[in-house]
Amino acid sequence: MKNKIIELTQRDTKISRRKLLGGAATAAVAIVQTAEGKNVQAALSQAQLLDDDPTKKLGTFPGKIGTRSSFEQLVKDPSETSSRSPLQDFYGIITPSDLHFERHHGGVPVIDPSKHELLIHGMVNKPMIFKVADLKRFPSVSRIAFLECSGNFRSGKETLRPQEICGLTSQSEWTGVKLSTIFREVGIKPTATWFLAEGGDAAVMTRSIPVKKGLDDVIIAYAQNGEALRPEQGYPIRLFVPGWEGNTNVKWLRRIELSDQPFMTREETSKYTEFVNGKVRQFSFDMDARSIITFPSYPQQVEKGWIEIRGIAWSGRGKVHKVEVSVDAGKSWQIANLQEPILDKAHTAFRYLWKWDGNATEIMSRVTDETGYTQPTLKQLVEARGESNGYHFNPITAWQIKPDGSVLFKPESFR
Amino acid sequence: MPSLMGILLKSLLVFPLVLGLLFSTQNYTPKQSSHFSPADTSQVPSSFGFGRLATQTEIDRIDIDVRPDGKGLPQGKGVAAKGKLIFATKCAACHGAGGIGGPNGSLVHSQVDPTKKRAEKTIGNYWPYATTVFDYIRRAMPFNAPGSLTNEEVYHLTAYLLSANQIIDSSFVVTPTTLPTVKMPAQPLFVPDDRKGGPVIK
Ligand code: HEC
Repeated sequence: MKNKIIELTQRDTKISRRKLLGGAATAAVAIVQTAEGKNVQAALSQAQLLDDDPTKKLGTFPGKIGTRSSFEQLVKDPSETSSRSPLQDFYGIITPSDLHFERHHGGVPVIDPSKHELLIHGMVNKPMIFKVADLKRFPSVSRIAFLECSGNFRSGKETLRPQEICGLTSQSEWTGVKLSTIFREVGIKPTATWFLAEGGDAAVMTRSIPVKKGLDDVIIAYAQNGEALRPEQGYPIRLFVPGWEGNTNVKWLRRIELSDQPFMTREETSKYTEFVNGKVRQFSFDMDARSIITFPSYPQQVEKGWIEIRGIAWSGRGKVHKVEVSVDAGKSWQIANLQEPILDKAHTAFRYLWKWDGNATEIMSRVTDETGYTQPTLKQLVEARGESNGYHFNPITAWQIKPDGSVLFKPESFR
Repeated sequence: MPSLMGILLKSLLVFPLVLGLLFSTQNYTPKQSSHFSPADTSQVPSSFGFGRLATQTEIDRIDIDVRPDGKGLPQGKGVAAKGKLIFATKCAACHGAGGIGGPNGSLVHSQVDPTKKRAEKTIGNYWPYATTVFDYIRRAMPFNAPGSLTNEEVYHLTAYLLSANQIIDSSFVVTPTTLPTVKMPAQPLFVPDDRKGGPVIK
């Protein structure tokens, strides 16, 4: 009995201790560990014992919607312009919809789906308007793929979590109608080579996308992970452009215009372009392959002995071919296990079993995709581009393991 | 108990070619693709007939984009002197007096900050097309009152920002025909992406 009490109280010291102060009769004594790690003796009331034992209390009846356990504290990391996914708290490859990263340029609009319409015009035979309900009548497709902002990089200090470093990537199952199906319905002119996608938010955000990509695998998505899109993800409809930089995946889609040239909108000129060797690289759509170890990572703590290193890897150009892990600061690399499914343009989970001897070291991962591209070091990237900042930064991320088991990000200086 | 049809369908997946021969009289044309689904026999029509034709009025109501060749620019004209006044009241709070150093970023190129490796990106040193200035301001600014400007105001603001960046003369009149002719200093810097995957880091 006493063992059980210790177990129970240690599981959530804060709650137990708070309840304790108000408790009347003392029924048992337990060893409680404080937040500072000190063991203290604490008394437990009879009511408290019953409270903490789920086999002694009737549970909650079935409800209308499920809830996350109150013991789980998963939150995005919002700033004025974006909100980052807690990669270090995830298992598997699907991002819970409410934790999908956010990036928008004029806030999240409230759109009534019964009033929302999509206009397709320009170089088409039949300019047409589709209501959301019309789009849902067309043959549908579903696809699991990642979505990543091309500005997904942060560095500069040791106390950064995967969320801060690279939390502008998420993965969902997207369902909708293929853009090619809609192109067929309106009859696009053979001379149309680009199309403009425009959002119905306060930024009325626009991007130009080659028709070739539109015919290939672009989806007008109305659902995400089995339900309608979340407002932050473009409710009621968004473009989903597999493997391409997040900004092209225009949310709250209201208009598509076919053209024989790009429109040179602000988001493809002033933004989402990067200096490369003195020039400005434009229309850099593909997301280069990237991986990150999410466990162990800051602020987690590890113990000597067996550690399963876990992470995700992905490429905007196809499937993950292999992931390698180094546990000796990049001196040698070992092949990690890939978890099925290994999907095209999708986060893929990897694992590597490691026996840590307790000495300080650095661990890191690098991915190679099916085109033969291997994730570079920061140094390689800077050398190739002659620049130390900008979009499309996908360097290898290293974690320092300290002898006391603490894990810290390794911010590399490159300026 | 599995139906005869069920067994046949399962066999179809395993031996598509063999069964294709056996059942050739029943018009089976099994594909060799791994995604072969015997249930999906429907034909895709050339048109589903969903949605409706858009009228020109419906298109004009929301077709607000402007291309580098000037297509999409509405009637109107603007001059820097008028734009300067509008900017001071509607934009300067966020983009700084004269478009320099505001909390939401400079729009006008100024002296290079010697502590920074690169100058702040502005219309003057980074924007490749003058038409984008008109297009963007009309669709998204002011940030706290998007879509509140008249076309005339947008023309004046465009003239002001181009002139403050010393790209056009203060007497230049911005119109649907003159705006596309404005050459932006940054335009020659822009090159299309040439990354293609494979082992090369770019
Ligand atoms: C309330 C603050 C605010 C006001 C007022 C405001 N802006 Fe902005 N402006 C912003 C913000 C924020 C952005 C960046 C938006 C984004 O993230 O996409 C911006 C971006 C811009 C840009 C693009 C800058 C670049 O380099 O890409 C231009 C041009 C611009 N504003 C012009 C104007 C003009 C002209 C006005 C006045 C009519 C104005 N703004 C009023 C906040 C403001």
